[in-house]
Amino acid sequence: MFSAFRTLLGRDLLLAMRRRSDLFTTLFFFVIVVSLFPLGIGPEMNTLRMIAPGVFWVAALLASMLALERLFAIDYEDGALEQMLLTPQPLSLLVLAKVLAHWLVTGLPLVLMAPLLGLQYDLSSEALGVMVVSLLLGTPALSLIGAIGAALTLGLRGGGVLVSLLVLPLYIPVLIFGSGAVEATASGLGGQGHLSMLGAILVLSLLFAPLAASAALRISAE
Amino acid sequence: MSSRFINWFKFSSPATFYPLAGRMVPVFSLIAAALIAVGLYMSFFVAPTDYKQGEGYRIIFVHVPAAWMSMFIYLVMAFWAALGLVFNTRLSGMMTRALAPTGAIFAFLALWTGAFWGKPMWGTWWVWDARLTSELILLFLYLGYLALQGAIDDNRRADRAGALLVLVGVVNIPIIHYSVKWWNTLHQGASVSISSGSSMSAIMLWTMLIMALGFWAYTIAVALSRVRSIILEREADTTWVQELAEVRS
Repeated sequence: MFSAFRTLLGRDLLLAMRRRSDLFTTLFFFVIVVSLFPLGIGPEMNTLRMIAPGVFWVAALLASMLALERLFAIDYEDGALEQMLLTPQPLSLLVLAKVLAHWLVTGLPLVLMAPLLGLQYDLSSEALGVMVVSLLLGTPALSLIGAIGAALTLGLRGGGVLVSLLVLPLYIPVLIFGSGAVEATASGLGGQGHLSMLGAILVLSLLFAPLAASAALRISAE
Repeated sequence: MSSRFINWFKFSSPATFYPLAGRMVPVFSLIAAALIAVGLYMSFFVAPTDYKQGEGYRIIFVHVPAAWMSMFIYLVMAFWAALGLVFNTRLSGMMTRALAPTGAIFAFLALWTGAFWGKPMWGTWWVWDARLTSELILLFLYLGYLALQGAIDDNRRADRAGALLVLVGVVNIPIIHYSVKWWNTLHQGASVSISSGSSMSAIMLWTMLIMALGFWAYTIAVALSRVRSIILEREADTTWVQELAEVRS
C-alpha cells in the first residue's frame, strides 16, 4: 500500500522536474503579486509592515489556487487517472500522494521564498520566522482543501474560474489564522494560538480532504 | 409494510412526488402569505418601540428570521445531499437544487437588512466581525454550489458533485451559529435561545417567530414549485410527463 504511495509520489515529482517551467510559474506569480503591492500602495515602510501578513497570505492563496488546475487535469487527459481509480489501493491514499507531490512542487518553494520577500516589507526576523511556520502549516492545508475543488471541476468548461468560486470560501479560515499569526507576532501578542488553530486545520484536512477528494474524483470520472 | 406507516420511498419517485408537490404548493403559499401579513402588521404596529434602539430595531423582524432560514436551508440541503449520495435517489438532488436559490436569497437578505440595521446602530454599513464574515462565506457557498450546478451539463454528475460540495461546506454552519459565543465581537449575542429563554419582550418574540414561520412556509412553497419545474425539465422524455394534462394542452 505504501509502495504505491511512494511510487506515485516519485512519478509526480519526476514529471514535475521534466516540466520545470510549470514549477516556476507558480513561484514567479507569488513573487510578482507580492512585489506589486508596494508599487501600488507606495513605499511607506510603516504601512508596508502593517499590510505584509495579509499580502503574503492572499498571494499564497491565489498562487496555490492557480496551481490547482494542474493537480488532476493532466492525468485526467492522458487516462492515467482512470487507471488510478481502478487500482486495488485505496484511492484516498493515492490522492494524498498526488497532493503531497503537488505541494512539494508548488507550495514549498513559495514558503522558502517568503522570508526573502519579507525583507522587502521590512518585517522583523521574529515575524519572518512566524510567517514561515504559518505558511508551512497553512499551504499544505490549502493544497488539500483545493484538491476537493479540483476534483469536482475536472474536465468542466471554465474550470479555472469555477474552482476559485468553490475553493476560496473554504480557504478563508486558513487565511484568517495564517495572517493573524504573523500580525499577532508583529504586534507583540505572540502567535501561538493562531498557529495551533492552523495546525488543527491541517490535521483535519489531512484526515478528511483526501476522502472527499477521492469521492469527488469518482463522481467526475464516472 | 403495515398501513400505519407511510411508505416514504413511494414519494422518492418524481412521478408520485410531482402531483403531491402540486397539491402542497397552494396550501403553503396561503400559509406564508397569511403569516407574513400578520407578522409584518405586528412588527410595524403592535410591537413597542425599543427604549434603547428606537424604531430602527424593527428590521430584526426580517433580519433574524432571514438569517435563521439561510442557515437552516443549508442544513436541509445537506440532508438531501447526504440522502441522495446514500440512497442514490433522483429526487434528492432535485430538492437540493431547488432549495439553493432561496437559501442564497435569504443569506443576501440577512446581510442586506443587517447593513441597514448596522448603519444607525453601529454607525457603519459593514464591520469585519466573525458573524458577518461567516454569513458572507455562507452566501459564497450557495453561489459556488449554483455555479457548479450551472457548469455541469450531465444532471446526474451535477447532483452528486453538488451534494459533495454542500456536505463539505456544512462545516461552516456551526461556525456561524456559535461565532457570537466564541468570539467577543460587535454583533450582539443571540436574543433567543432554547435553554435560557428569550431576552426580548414576549410580543417581539412572537412577532419574530410568526415571521420565521412565514418565511418557512414561503421556502417550502417556493422550493416545491421550483422542484416541480426541475422534474418537468429533467423527466420531459418520460411517458408520465407527456400524459400530464398541463403538458398536453
